[in-house]
Amino acid sequence: MLRLALRKDLSRCVSVMLMFFREEWEVEGLQTVGFLLIVCSSLKLLHFLGLIDFSAEDSIEDDFELSTVCHRPEGLEKLQEQTKFTKKELQVLYRGFKNECPSGVVNEDTFKLIYSQFFPQGDSSTYAHFLFEAFDTNKNGSVSFEDFVIGLSIILRGTINDRLNWAFNLYDLNKDGCITKEEMLDIMKSIYDMMGKYTYPCMQDDAPREHVENFFQKMDRNHDGVVTIDEFIESCHKDENIMQSMQLFDNVI
Amino acid sequence: MAAGVAAWLPFARAAAIGWMPVANLPMPVAPTDKNKCQDELIVLNVSGRRFQTWRNTLDRYPDTLLGSSEKEFFFNEETREYFFDRDPDVFRSILNFYRTGKLHYPRYECITAYDEELAFFGIIPEIISDCCYEEYKDRKRENAERLMDDLEDSKDSKLPNMTFRETMWRAFENPHTSTMALVFYYVTGFFIAISVITNVVETVPCGSTPNQRDIPCGERYTVAFFCMDTACVMIFTVEYLMRLFAAPSRYRFMRSVMSIIDVVAILPYYIGLVMTNNEDVSGAFVTLRVFRVFRIFKFSRHSQGLRILGYTLKSCASELGFLLFSLTMAIIIFATVMFYAEKGSASSKFTSIPASFWYTIVTMTTLGYGDMVPKTIAGKIFGSICSLSGVLVIALPVPVIVSNFSRIYHQNQRADKRKAQKVQKARLARMRISKTGSSNAFLHSKRNGMLNQALELTSSTGEKRHLNKTTSIIESQHHHLLHCLEKTTNHEFVDEQLFEQSYLESGLQTFPSRSPSLSSREGITGTCCSRRAKKSSPPPNATHTHTLTHPHKHNLQELSAIHIQCGEQQTLNTSRSSLNMMQDESASLNCKSSSQVTTAIISIPTPPTNNSPCSPETPTNPPSNSSAGVVKVSAL
Repeated sequence: MLRLALRKDLSRCVSVMLMFFREEWEVEGLQTVGFLLIVCSSLKLLHFLGLIDFSAEDSIEDDFELSTVCHRPEGLEKLQEQTKFTKKELQVLYRGFKNECPSGVVNEDTFKLIYSQFFPQGDSSTYAHFLFEAFDTNKNGSVSFEDFVIGLSIILRGTINDRLNWAFNLYDLNKDGCITKEEMLDIMKSIYDMMGKYTYPCMQDDAPREHVENFFQKMDRNHDGVVTIDEFIESCHKDENIMQSMQLFDNVI
Repeated sequence: MAAGVAAWLPFARAAAIGWMPVANLPMPVAPTDKNKCQDELIVLNVSGRRFQTWRNTLDRYPDTLLGSSEKEFFFNEETREYFFDRDPDVFRSILNFYRTGKLHYPRYECITAYDEELAFFGIIPEIISDCCYEEYKDRKRENAERLMDDLEDSKDSKLPNMTFRETMWRAFENPHTSTMALVFYYVTGFFIAISVITNVVETVPCGSTPNQRDIPCGERYTVAFFCMDTACVMIFTVEYLMRLFAAPSRYRFMRSVMSIIDVVAILPYYIGLVMTNNEDVSGAFVTLRVFRVFRIFKFSRHSQGLRILGYTLKSCASELGFLLFSLTMAIIIFATVMFYAEKGSASSKFTSIPASFWYTIVTMTTLGYGDMVPKTIAGKIFGSICSLSGVLVIALPVPVIVSNFSRIYHQNQRADKRKAQKVQKARLARMRISKTGSSNAFLHSKRNGMLNQALELTSSTGEKRHLNKTTSIIESQHHHLLHCLEKTTNHEFVDEQLFEQSYLESGLQTFPSRSPSLSSREGITGTCCSRRAKKSSPPPNATHTHTLTHPHKHNLQELSAIHIQCGEQQTLNTSRSSLNMMQDESASLNCKSSSQVTTAIISIPTPPTNNSPCSPETPTNPPSNSSAGVVKVSAL
């Protein structure tokens, strides 16, 4: 009985609604739309004023991530122990370093950019990449001031053997203790790239390869196709020119 | 090279270790760097305010005054500092440029003063960093416009020998030039006013004959009004014809706005004369009378404010266009909505969408006549939204138009102020007097000098003493200079006008290249000032003794040295450098500080490095180094 009454009411409601919609649907429809519009806009206004908050949308504060990681080097004394630079030299070096990299570390792109300033006519990015690998001793993708200064100390203040060791480290791209022809070719190509297009005489395409052959002839004692560290140091010691050029670095700073 | 990057040069040189083992040739000898105290503080005294910085900081930009050896000219021996007699406030920005690599333009600084300081210190304004560059450019443009205005005004002086036609045209354009023009100006203005008032009063109902309703005055006093109209039109026609005659380019005049207004103002009268009797076209004739109201636009010749308004509207055309477009969009939207909202209600005035346009316009401009009112709830809701949005849409472009108007108006105010001829005349007169003062002194002394010579010849000492005026040292030196100039150019100074011209010309000649830099620079670094581009100087400077020290690190030389080393890997022929190397080694025993020469296949001259800044010495260059192709300047 009750259910029947309910159903009757329900059907009557529906019919009224349908009639409603059919006859005056335009006006009523617009009325509804108008009401909805007002309601939505007032809600938006309240949200904008901050009086109510919609669901868990996190607002802008998340955007303030710490974008710069500041790195401070260890004290001057410690660096003095680790390197062979004097205090004044370290000061000068740090000032230059900090000026260019205020955050205290150099990443590879900045490194490449800085190095390319010195060779405007060629492409020094590959060689800079190898350098970066050589300086970044702990392989964390950035060169801090300590890495920088330690590297410089070896090159500029180290013994001949230290320097040769460092150079070998630079050439040995996969750090397996020996230089293959491919590695050497990469290095050679990167050096030749720095020259750029306009050279005298004109740059031949096989110049790097020739040079690599030359190098291996000189360095590879046992002709096994790779140059180990001992072969390298030994051959360098025997070469007059190389020994002399190593002296160049005594007076850079 | 960028600022701080110069400090990375040691690193770049160290990185060259990668090339050493693979090189086949001997490396050239590096320039030795014995100056351990490179990073000394130097003091820059700018008009009493002392700035201190590292020497390296200044060396970052070698093509500026402070970065090059040019600053040695300003070195003060007693106080061991560099003294510049310039503005210390602007110097702050300049020094910051060296420190940070960015040149900023302070807003409170006058643009010309700043430009002068930049020019003095050899910095080009284009490197002003982005944060300040826009401001700098805006100020510069504003200044240039103002100067242009000044120039245009000063051209206003009367040119002699203008034809009658040109005089007339000038009289028409600038009524202030002569009294006749002024009279004409006021008469036409008066008649325009009369004509407009006549048109208005014509339609007022004045007095009624007892049998009829009120008739307008125009129909009551036809003859009087007709006479007045005729008189006005006569005057306007005469004026138009005179302008047409005087116009320099008649075609252009006829196309201009003002002439079209003139024509439109007087044409109805003539058309009316021709067609009074024709009843068919009387309707059109009535319409034509409407155009008589355009006479009021003739006032724009008389009123500058009107012209400014017209010009503003023209210049704000885009904003007005946007306003119109957005209004149209909104009108269409709201009209549609209102129409459908009110469709249901009985006896609604919203019969169609175009009919709703009227309601929308009236509501959006907040007029609200009330002749059309929505009755349904939906209509009322949307009607209120419509009126709210109307306020917003109209309020937005208006400030833009207002600011444009204000800017143009103020510009014109400035122009007016300067156009006040009396003030301008007085100012020019004063400037002329001060100029002639100095020139007269010279001419006077010249005459005195000549008289002195004449008297010497006649050897009458009494008068000589009388005419020997005492002049200050500076004056006499100045006169001597002018005299030398006369001798040089083989011209003489004469009276005022010609003197001014030639003074300007000679001003450019009396400044020879001030400071040939003592050390030559390579072509790798771009030099901004041409006077520093002097690359070659005569070699035999070995005995030159200057007390200026030249403590340059010569980064760039080393740079070129490295560069050239790369280049030499290619060629197998022994370069001249190796030859020179041997010579150097033998000759280096002579010098206390070794001076090396690295030459290149590319013939860029590199000066020897003098590496003793701490102890001012005067080393002598080994004479054996003056080989051909090596240009040396003793950097003493």
